[in-house]
Amino acid sequence: MITLAGPSLVRPMGFRPRLARRRLVGRVFAILCLVAGLVAVLVLGALLWHICRQGAELLSVHFLTSYESTLEPLTSGIKAPLWGTIWLMALTTILTVPVGVAAAVYLEEYASQNRLTRFIHLNIANLAGVPSVVYGLLGLTVFVRWCAFGRSVLAGAAALALLVLPVVIIASREGLVAVPKSLREAAYAVGATRWQAIRHHVLPAALPGILTGVILALSRAIGEAAPLIVVGAVAYIRAVPSGLRAPFSAMPIKIFNWSELAAPEFVRLAGAAILVLLGVLLSMNAVAVGIRAWQQRHKTW
Amino acid sequence: MRRWQRAREGGLRGLFFLCALVSIAVTMGIILVLFGESLPFFRHVPFTSFLFERSWAPRTGQEYGILPLVCGTFLIAVLALAVAIPIGLATAIYMSEYAAPVVRQVAKPVFEILAGVPTVVYGYFALTFITPYLLRPLLPSIEVFNALSAAIVVGIMIIPTISSLCDDALRAVPRSLREAGYAVSATKLEVCTRIVLPGAMSGVVAAVLLALARAVGETMVVAIAAGSTPKITANPLVSVQTMAAYIVQVCKGDAPAGTIEYQSIYAVGLTLFAITLAVNVVAQKVMARFREVYE
Repeated sequence: MITLAGPSLVRPMGFRPRLARRRLVGRVFAILCLVAGLVAVLVLGALLWHICRQGAELLSVHFLTSYESTLEPLTSGIKAPLWGTIWLMALTTILTVPVGVAAAVYLEEYASQNRLTRFIHLNIANLAGVPSVVYGLLGLTVFVRWCAFGRSVLAGAAALALLVLPVVIIASREGLVAVPKSLREAAYAVGATRWQAIRHHVLPAALPGILTGVILALSRAIGEAAPLIVVGAVAYIRAVPSGLRAPFSAMPIKIFNWSELAAPEFVRLAGAAILVLLGVLLSMNAVAVGIRAWQQRHKTW
Repeated sequence: MRRWQRAREGGLRGLFFLCALVSIAVTMGIILVLFGESLPFFRHVPFTSFLFERSWAPRTGQEYGILPLVCGTFLIAVLALAVAIPIGLATAIYMSEYAAPVVRQVAKPVFEILAGVPTVVYGYFALTFITPYLLRPLLPSIEVFNALSAAIVVGIMIIPTISSLCDDALRAVPRSLREAGYAVSATKLEVCTRIVLPGAMSGVVAAVLLALARAVGETMVVAIAAGSTPKITANPLVSVQTMAAYIVQVCKGDAPAGTIEYQSIYAVGLTLFAITLAVNVVAQKVMARFREVYE
């Protein structure tokens, strides 16, 4: 039976809805949240503006292709650190991608859910959270001293490879997980072995995803300075690495060194070097985004 | 399957398994190196004075108390969280509860770029922009190298970590809970703060812990902008030194192997590793609980 509710039932114990006020407070809150989100955009803008103002003028082909000058700092170039970074990235890719992808293939395609697998997962998640400077100490001890690589570009790349290994594994796993189970089952149905299914069907389908992840992992490695300093990258060198055992510099190391010197001309040089580094990073990101977009359009499953 | 095929299948499986074991080898390597290489240091310095003495000057003063470095590390980490939690959480609330899909699509790349900027660049920004143009006008007494500028920039750096993880946590709260709130005529704000946020609390806590671990381990921003004077202080306007920055400072100076200064970086590294590992493990425990609730 329905009875008309009296006022005392609608507003028990002096409850006042005050809806207008509550909605107003809600609107203020929404605006505050939006402003907080804009802070990030604003900071990014200020960062780019500041760096461009400091460094844009110095950018030139000369800046990329000449060595550092101690007599006239403003005519310095970043040839040595730029090539150091290119060497590091190439070696890091060679060292980390095969191992990382293979580990991801094992974890996604072969491993059964047992205690060891869970331990490996947990371990990878923890490794991803280890500070980069600790990887530097690992590289300094294992590669520089025990393996006797010396303070070389190989030792630096090996330390970076260990640093990004968890990132590569996690990214590759995401690429593999995205491949539907039906693809594997179709391969098994026509008599493929597990490896044949992986080699001819799963990996090709997961490749764009893996590639994107690898690029993002490398874009993390390219900006790392701390482990390289610990391993023994040098800030000042007038030579391009001549081999695996050669001493080396790198872009982030040079930026750190110039920032520390703090005199106005070095701040400008650091700004210009940062612009080069950010340019490389943005193009790597653009490639990753491009691959993702291509995959969305050409997905056959 | 032919015999060679079977052999290939087994061999590849074994090879991939070895690759997966590499990650465990790395962890064991880190632990082995940090413990093994800091042994010579602890042979020289009693463990208790390492933990409890209040002064750190291995090169000059033969004082080996880690407290000033730990204090500097946490001063910067706590201030960074004070910047990052409100901004990151508010951003996440806006993104998950208010923003139109178009806004999300535009905002996501911006945050990805913010997360991808190298830490040396942030350090440069703190030293050459935040301190002289933002802090100096407001606080004339501030030192050139100071904890505050480093903390603000580390805070900005970890905003993407907090906002994206919190966003995930908020979105994992089922729609039905929100609708139940609206059904009793709660406003959007009340649904956000009294239903969605408490529902996502463990995810938010995990995000904050992961961000804390990153702030504690952050090296380059602090090495560039916060200076290199280990001291026990709560004053963010002066120069301090963190654990990670100390390691970088020693390695930059090419301290010869075998000296106590060189050995000390492993002891500091061990402390840093232990702290970040503890925070990360707790964060993962909390995160695992939050996954169980709604999935």
